[in-house]
Amino acid sequence: MEKRIGVYICTGCGIGDALDVNALEAVAADEFSVAACRRHPFLCSDEGVSIIRRDLDQGMDTIVIAACSPRVMTDSFTFPADRVMERVNLREQVAWCHPAGEEDTRMLAEDALRMGLVKAVEMLPPDPFLADDLSRKVLVVGGGLAGMTAARETARAGYEVVLVEKEEQLGGYLKDVHKLPPVRPPYTELEDPNLDALTSEVTGDPSIRVYTGSRVASIAGAPCMFDVTIRQNGSEAMERVGAVVLAAGSVPYSPEKLDSFGFAKYPDVVTASQLEIMFKSGKVERPSNGQPVGSVAFLLCAGSRDARHLPYCSSACCVESLKQAMYFKSENPQTPVYIFYRDMRAHGTYEFLYKELQKEGVFFIRGDIEGIEDDGSGGLVVAANDVLTGSSVLTESLDLVVLANGMVPVTSFGEPFKAQSPKEGEEEAAYAPDTILVSDILNLQYRQGPELPALSHGFPDSHFICFPYESRRTGIYPAGSVRAPMDYSQAVEDATGAALKAIQCIEMLSAGKAVHPRSGDLSYPEFFMQRCTQCKRCTEECPFGAINEDEKANPLPNPTRCRRCGVCMGACPERIISFRNYSVGMIGNVIKKINVPDEYEEKPRILVLACENDAYPALDMAGIRRLSYNPWVRIIPVRCLGSMNLVWIADALSKGIDGILLLGCKHGDDYQCHFIKGSELANIRMSKIQETLNRLVLESDRVRLEQVSITDYHRLPEILDGFAARIEELGPNPYKGY
Amino acid sequence: MADALKTNRSILVVGGGMSGLSAAIEAAEAGFQTYIVEREPYLGGRVARMNKYFPKLCPPNCGLEINFRRIRSNPLIRFFTMAQVESIDGEPGNFDVTVRLHPRYVNEKCTGCGLCAEAATTEIPDPFNYGLSSRKSAYLPHEFAFPMRYVVAPEVVGSPEAKAIESACPYGAVDFDMQPQTFDLKVGAVIWATGWKPYDAGRISYYGFGRNRNVITNVMMERLAANSGPTGGRIARPSDGSDVKSVAFVQCAGSRDENHLPYCSGVCCLASLKQTTYLLDQDPDARATIFYIDIRALGKYEAFSNRVQEDERVTLIKGKPGEIIEDPSTGLVTVQVEDQATGKILREKFDLVVLATGMVPSTAEDPLPSRTACDENGFVLPDRAGPGIIPAGCVKKPVDVASSVQDATAAALKAIQATFRR
Repeated sequence: MEKRIGVYICTGCGIGDALDVNALEAVAADEFSVAACRRHPFLCSDEGVSIIRRDLDQGMDTIVIAACSPRVMTDSFTFPADRVMERVNLREQVAWCHPAGEEDTRMLAEDALRMGLVKAVEMLPPDPFLADDLSRKVLVVGGGLAGMTAARETARAGYEVVLVEKEEQLGGYLKDVHKLPPVRPPYTELEDPNLDALTSEVTGDPSIRVYTGSRVASIAGAPCMFDVTIRQNGSEAMERVGAVVLAAGSVPYSPEKLDSFGFAKYPDVVTASQLEIMFKSGKVERPSNGQPVGSVAFLLCAGSRDARHLPYCSSACCVESLKQAMYFKSENPQTPVYIFYRDMRAHGTYEFLYKELQKEGVFFIRGDIEGIEDDGSGGLVVAANDVLTGSSVLTESLDLVVLANGMVPVTSFGEPFKAQSPKEGEEEAAYAPDTILVSDILNLQYRQGPELPALSHGFPDSHFICFPYESRRTGIYPAGSVRAPMDYSQAVEDATGAALKAIQCIEMLSAGKAVHPRSGDLSYPEFFMQRCTQCKRCTEECPFGAINEDEKANPLPNPTRCRRCGVCMGACPERIISFRNYSVGMIGNVIKKINVPDEYEEKPRILVLACENDAYPALDMAGIRRLSYNPWVRIIPVRCLGSMNLVWIADALSKGIDGILLLGCKHGDDYQCHFIKGSELANIRMSKIQETLNRLVLESDRVRLEQVSITDYHRLPEILDGFAARIEELGPNPYKGY
Repeated sequence: MADALKTNRSILVVGGGMSGLSAAIEAAEAGFQTYIVEREPYLGGRVARMNKYFPKLCPPNCGLEINFRRIRSNPLIRFFTMAQVESIDGEPGNFDVTVRLHPRYVNEKCTGCGLCAEAATTEIPDPFNYGLSSRKSAYLPHEFAFPMRYVVAPEVVGSPEAKAIESACPYGAVDFDMQPQTFDLKVGAVIWATGWKPYDAGRISYYGFGRNRNVITNVMMERLAANSGPTGGRIARPSDGSDVKSVAFVQCAGSRDENHLPYCSGVCCLASLKQTTYLLDQDPDARATIFYIDIRALGKYEAFSNRVQEDERVTLIKGKPGEIIEDPSTGLVTVQVEDQATGKILREKFDLVVLATGMVPSTAEDPLPSRTACDENGFVLPDRAGPGIIPAGCVKKPVDVASSVQDATAAALKAIQATFRR
């Protein structure tokens, strides 16, 4: 059916002064035969918007608003979701950064309108993915402090919970904990763990189904449709759940590896958790002879902050040791207590506990441990290099030495998952896949591997400062000490937040909406399977492991795992993956519609594909600051640079476009791509462009990728002008005019 | 559930910084109507004034851009800038809130074109840059400001300049008839996320902040290093704009100190480590010295801390400076400190001194409706804030950005729960 398209050109904010609006109207009318083309001096005003609304009421189904950036005036320009709207950025990216009235500026504006019109013509309103038999339950894996908190908080919000704990009793590490560090004024009094109250709330809540002595044998499917097999005492139970909180916790770092601290050699060298058990049971005795402990030393960073053991800081041990020192001091203020530390990390109000123990006469020694010896009388002496005095210190004869041996996430154990290796005749994956350790916790039936990707030190933590719950598997939220080393109170907050994310995921997906970062997006990728060649690029490259494979290597998409970045669309050599409002063909046609003057006009054309979250706003910002740059550029925002399909480059070059600049986020260790691998994948695909260019007898310099962040707007003129200068040197694309 | 249906299930979020934004967006995406009340004319709070985040050294505007897009596309979120909560009455599931709106003198017709600022002539100190620069009396609060809407300073109301500003706007957006106004909101729960303020460095008299021109605070350093800042991102001496070759970072400036803030502010160590990279990226020949008590780089921040400390241009000295004196003729600043490793008294000269001042919760000055909600340092105690009122972020304890977001996400769930009457 032919679309009825309305074009609305705003002439305010300098647009009318800078541009030839008649010429723009001619583009709309002559090249696209639009149903209406109207101009208004203040389109975002009530009056301007009412003109558009009137047309919509009278059957206009597609509107193109040629005005300011799509990032602004969104309150004014929001229309019913069943209509297609495209916004053409004539203000920030044309009128505000290019000289008024010039021919190049006019041509830029005309192309911008053409490009927007092609998109509008080709776009369809999204038709959300709504599956049947959706579950609104939350699975919590792990029944320790974080897991029980997540279960309780989820239930309190009115959702059903399935809680799986591998041990027979709930409680996890907390079962053996005597007291917790202070959390309320005066911040010097230890807290009761209140484990029984938490446990009975969890077990007594009819909306929480608790499986103890159980493991998750497998999780198949996708968010809102996860089918979980739970193995308990040799039998199996099935549960369908919507989302997962992974709260499987951490374990103390193996003390056997700490022989330099005398563990195993001397029975009176114990770990922090062993001491905790002694206090919990009320039997605080020297393991060697059962005598009371009359003196004690705590050795901090026993394994942590040590490249040979745990390179990270375990976060909780300083305060945990202070707490345990308090156990001794409150029983007998005369007990000599030594704490050997490197930096005393008593952050926030834990400072008060630290000060209190200084008052209590604890000996704090900043230095490295040099040795632990039996002093011959049955006691231990600790030798250390005291950094503050520059001398060696030797303790008195001690009854007990406690190692603060840090924490290790349970996800960091297990062999790396071996992805299906390429069969004969198949090419290797173009990039290194995520490291996934077979740690037997979630057992996901995902093509990319059975667990969450293990990031630094095996923690499945978010890489994003602004979005600490972003795991690489949609609908699965790690919380507590499995996510990052943390203390008890932080674990409680973390679990509560993860519970919210699980609930939110269920609410969003069951309405057909994407979750973060394209929250609310109703589009999703559809696969035209008849043309699939089973190349597996989409299944390998999806940053979120959304696509499974059947035994013939056909992709099996899972829309509720999908984040809508379009990386699969960019990866597919057959161009079979499309969104209703974003596709390879659509952007290809946008490129083909760019007006490319012949070589004698000496007006090269440069295609810019810009990440819509960072590079595109940076381009806007250049306009807002009235920075100017080369007018040969034609900018197309992309969902992620990873959605760039190489055919676009071929389309552009065969069309006669002289250069292509890709503006994406930083990649590498500190990557900033919110789809994790998008810009990295685009960079890898770039290397393939080299071959294409050689085949076409073109210079590889015609295609360039630049990493820009949102605040790099001041660099953009230099980047764009520099690239334009290089293109000018290379001369016109020889394919011009063909 | 019958009772729950009768309660108001919308959520008020007081404060539109990183915690407040996150709480509001997370709750809205779980299906709840939320309202953000922000005192400043823009959303984003303190993080909008940061140059980069540790440990990734990425720009805060990137995450804010995503969050602003989430707000723009979600009809369940409404926000009010230049607004303050005047009173809260009622109970969980049924709060009556009165909000006061201060006049912006620019209405919703503003397109962000900037003609008003061109017409304005008066320059006023720019609090966004902590007074390091001035701005016009008609201004966009900062270049990434959301909403992108100008503000006219009350100082010019009634002046001839006001007339010029008004007539410069072709869209009728400048409106000097605006008066302070109040309106009511009915909500089921309240999230208190009013954030923090830097400790007033002027109170640490022996560091001479305010007297010594080349002694600045860590938040000022963020602005000096930002492209959008007063120097366009060039770290220069405030006294004469000259190059900075050596910087001293003074940790715990006011923190962990019984005479000032007795607690540890949690983030200043990492902030200073980060700021050394601003300096060294700008000038590879520069030097940075950090005077510290303990380096508190918890968890995975250890790697970042090590990376910075391995740089030979960065020196760490354990010791708390006693006095800082600026030579008025050269502008060089002498830091006097006892190096605890050697016991020696050092007197080193620097081009610039950055005081790592700590965080004071905003609730120390502007308390919650419940007066007993805070500890003696102004931090809100969750179980004393009152039923249905949930603190989030730095009003609870001094934390970094990731922890604020995490806590705000948790607060969103607690607020959702509070809207049920049980």
